[in-house]
Amino acid sequence: MSALKVSQMKTYVLLVVMIFFGSLGDVLLSKGMKQIGEISGWSPSALAGVGAKTIMNGTIWLGVISLLTFFVSYLLVLSWADYSFVSPASSMSYAIVPVLGYLMLDEVLSPLRWMGVGLIFLGVLLVSRTPHSTTVKEEACVPQ
Amino acid sequence: MIFAILVLSGAGGEIAISYAMKQIGEVHCFTPRALFAVFKRAVRLSWLWVGVALIGTGFFSMLMLLSWENVSFVVPSTALSYAVGALGAKFFLGETVNNIRWIGVLLVCIGVALVWLG
Repeated sequence: MSALKVSQMKTYVLLVVMIFFGSLGDVLLSKGMKQIGEISGWSPSALAGVGAKTIMNGTIWLGVISLLTFFVSYLLVLSWADYSFVSPASSMSYAIVPVLGYLMLDEVLSPLRWMGVGLIFLGVLLVSRTPHSTTVKEEACVPQ
Repeated sequence: MIFAILVLSGAGGEIAISYAMKQIGEVHCFTPRALFAVFKRAVRLSWLWVGVALIGTGFFSMLMLLSWENVSFVVPSTALSYAVGALGAKFFLGETVNNIRWIGVLLVCIGVALVWLG
């Protein structure tokens, strides 16, 4: 397999990991914050109360772990791939999140919103047809 | 206001992080030891911390918004930063953004706007 093919495969594998854990993390955070309830006051004691409830919430922690996994994959893929490639490609999560919201949180999606989801898929498909890296790369493998 | 902070700090932070990771160079080895070595080099780059600080600002703005709006409204709205991000990548990171990529980014933005308005 050529170096370019290997590099492309790495990009796509990490993008899938990013999209999955990014979407999952956002939905879990939303679910956790809904369990905590609306922030009603901005006094230090009210904010401390919200902070304590947030730290004690297991769903929030699962969301944070998912987003950390997303972030590590994101850093790794950006070490070689264009930001202008990775960024729109990862927007797939913006199509997946409403669908997850629909499936997991019983949120209602209008036909217009479904159309938006379709356009995002199409946009990502077009971006995926462009070269994933257009800047000079350097070796970063540490000798073992 | 919180929404503007969310979009601008999101795009700016990601561009700063991208700049830092390009200084590190392509990661080829995915063994825990090699990844730890990359991590140690990354945390010494000031642009990474600028990016993390900006993304952190965006993250807490998002947590606030999520407590009173639906996830299927808040999260798609933040994708406005893709348009800003593509411009930033071209001018600050020197990436080649060809026509197909611009059309793709445009479709993503229209898609996001529809998801938002829907």
